[in-house]
Amino acid sequence: MVPTNFYITLSAILFATGAMGVLVRRNPLIIFMSVELMLNAANLAFVAFASQHGSLDGQIFVFFVMTVAAAEVAVGLALIVQIFKSKHSINVDEVNSLKG
Amino acid sequence: MENHGFAFLAPWLVFAPVVGLLINIILGGWFMKQPWGEKAIGAVAVLASGAAFVVSVLLAYTVSAAHGEALTVPFAQWIHIGTLELDWTFRLDSLSTTMMLVVSGVGTLIHIYAIGYMHEDVRFKNDIPRYQRFFVFLNLFIAMMMILVSGDSYMMLFVGWEGVGLCSFLLIGFWYDMDTLGRSSWANSNAAKKAFITNRIGDFGFLIAGFLMFWYLGSFQFDQVFEAAPALAHEHPGIIVLITLFMLIGVAGKSAQIPLYVWLPDAMAGPTPVSALIHAATMVTAGVYLITRSAELYTLVPQAQYIVAMTGAGTALFAATIAVGQYDIKKVLAYSTISQLGFMVAAVGMGAYVAGMFHLITHAFFKALLFLSAGSVILGLERGHHHLAHHGHGHHDGHHEEVFDPGDMRNMGGLRKTMPVTFWLYMIGTLALAGIVPFAGFWSKDEILLDASLHYPGVYALLTIAAFLTAFYMGRQVWMVFFGEARHAAAAHAEESPLIITAPLMVLAALSLLGGGLNLPFEGFHNLGHWLEHTLHEVEALPLNLQVAGISTGLALAAIFVSWWLYGRNPLKAKQPDPLKKPLGLIFEGMENKWFVDEGYWAVFVNRYVDISRFLADKVDWWFWHDIFHEKVIAGTYNWLSNVFLNDVADQKGIDAFANFLGRATQWLSAATRKLQNGFVRSYALSVLLGVVIILGYLIFK
Repeated sequence: MVPTNFYITLSAILFATGAMGVLVRRNPLIIFMSVELMLNAANLAFVAFASQHGSLDGQIFVFFVMTVAAAEVAVGLALIVQIFKSKHSINVDEVNSLKG
Repeated sequence: MENHGFAFLAPWLVFAPVVGLLINIILGGWFMKQPWGEKAIGAVAVLASGAAFVVSVLLAYTVSAAHGEALTVPFAQWIHIGTLELDWTFRLDSLSTTMMLVVSGVGTLIHIYAIGYMHEDVRFKNDIPRYQRFFVFLNLFIAMMMILVSGDSYMMLFVGWEGVGLCSFLLIGFWYDMDTLGRSSWANSNAAKKAFITNRIGDFGFLIAGFLMFWYLGSFQFDQVFEAAPALAHEHPGIIVLITLFMLIGVAGKSAQIPLYVWLPDAMAGPTPVSALIHAATMVTAGVYLITRSAELYTLVPQAQYIVAMTGAGTALFAATIAVGQYDIKKVLAYSTISQLGFMVAAVGMGAYVAGMFHLITHAFFKALLFLSAGSVILGLERGHHHLAHHGHGHHDGHHEEVFDPGDMRNMGGLRKTMPVTFWLYMIGTLALAGIVPFAGFWSKDEILLDASLHYPGVYALLTIAAFLTAFYMGRQVWMVFFGEARHAAAAHAEESPLIITAPLMVLAALSLLGGGLNLPFEGFHNLGHWLEHTLHEVEALPLNLQVAGISTGLALAAIFVSWWLYGRNPLKAKQPDPLKKPLGLIFEGMENKWFVDEGYWAVFVNRYVDISRFLADKVDWWFWHDIFHEKVIAGTYNWLSNVFLNDVADQKGIDAFANFLGRATQWLSAATRKLQNGFVRSYALSVLLGVVIILGYLIFK
């Protein structure tokens, strides 16, 4: 059996990669993918702990996260389509009309 | 308490006149619109005063039935504070009932006279509605005088004392908007104020005496004061001297003695019935009554008695000298009144209370008679003057220029023929005042002189000279007014007064003629003495002393002869100066000008008072209080407080500055924080990440 630490370490690497992607990339599609990566890192950690503790709570939580992520992607893609329609660009650096 | 006859009627002494005056106040205005209105008002007033007289008679009868025992009739509670118990209680004894009889008796006669006198007076002065007011005041005076003489304590006496002072003020200033000649002026109202203020000085003395009395003797009630006084006189005789001398100041004010007599001659500004009733017969004798009432205090301190006697004697002589130099018929009588009051005060000062009261009574008769007759003379001249104004068309133009003084004896002369009734009545009054046997004045004055000759030779000398002058100035007046030729057309056309005026005079003349019978100096005839003995306890009943009586009668006859020699032998011509002017020179100048006492008072007191008032008004009030204290201190402080402190410091630098600071701080803070809101999603995401890292770091490493 693979030790839980390995899973957690993998999860942390995935999360850090996702976070870095959200922060540095300018394409919203990539950012969404990075967000998915962070969500799945969390899912991995849930599942790992669930398997270690022999509890189904983590597994159930993962289903919820996946459902919410799917809904979130649907809303996000719709937003991106609308932004592209008004600005003819989806570069997030150009979407700064809330600047104080 | 057993039955005391008519004592229960005592309150009606005061309330009968009060009812009268209320009727005249309420209904008088309606009466005046009726043709019989003046008669109705007069009748109400006379009946009110007459009712008081009837009550007085019944009360005197009650006292005599009780063998002179003093009766007290409690009427109302007044002031009860601590040990002070002041009630309105009527005191009925031989002294107070005597005063009541004089006040209401003479008062009623003068009321009757006033119906006729005021009827003409309001027409000459052209103000008929004022008729009503006169009788209201006159009845009020009777009520106040009754409170004065019937009070059972010094404070009740003081209430009446102030009340009659008020009535005196109101009646002197009855024609307040004119002078005695009817010209528009404040002269009469100034005379009223002078009387009131001078009396206030006297009342101050009375009050101090009252306070001392309460402080040391513990009461104002007559019997309690007299009971406690001997013990105090034994321990601190000085206190009794102080009380009696302060009381003397009050007496000097009310009874017109030196140095406060100056108001009485000016009081002649009032209508003649007022001069007769208030300023000759009744109110001015209140001081004599007060000393007689306080006999038991004065008897304890012979020093004070001596001062009182000398004050009276000095006043008697001093006023008599002034009377010689006066030309106004009423002024002569006014100074004569002061002089005669001096006789009374001297008498009561010497302890001759019966003689003083006797003279008070006879003087009330003959001086009221003289004043009222003088009023009749003045009216006669007014009628003559009126007659001229209507019939003498020839000199009509000059008439409005000349101001006619109907009271000036230099305008009179020869009235014996035109006013015979008044002349004979005046003669009776004159002879009574001059002290000729057997008129009332002789007996009473002789009793005073006799007492003075036995105990106080100085007083006797002063009074004898005063008696000589009395006969002289009365002789002068009679020769000038009634004899010789008329010196003015008005006097030539003078008309006799109607019966309503002369009838009361006849009664007074009869009293002046027979009044001596009250107290003849023969064994068994000391009626007044025995009557007053019940109240005054020790009374000296002196037999007739032929030497004293002879000297006074001789001097009076001599004075009348001298006055005839000067004024009767060669009657005064119009515009001729007084025959005494040349031989007496400066002395006559002094007599004519009242020895410049008024001017002296002006220079010494009134002007200084005005100076002080000016100083207080200009410097203290205006300059200090207004300019400095109010403007600078209060308004200045307020302005500084509101402008500088509250506005600049507290509001602008405090509250405003704080509000501004809040605004600026918000601006600065927002300027600083708006930079965080750069619109880049990445930077928000970084913030979220950093926040999560920090929170997690905290949770992990705490």
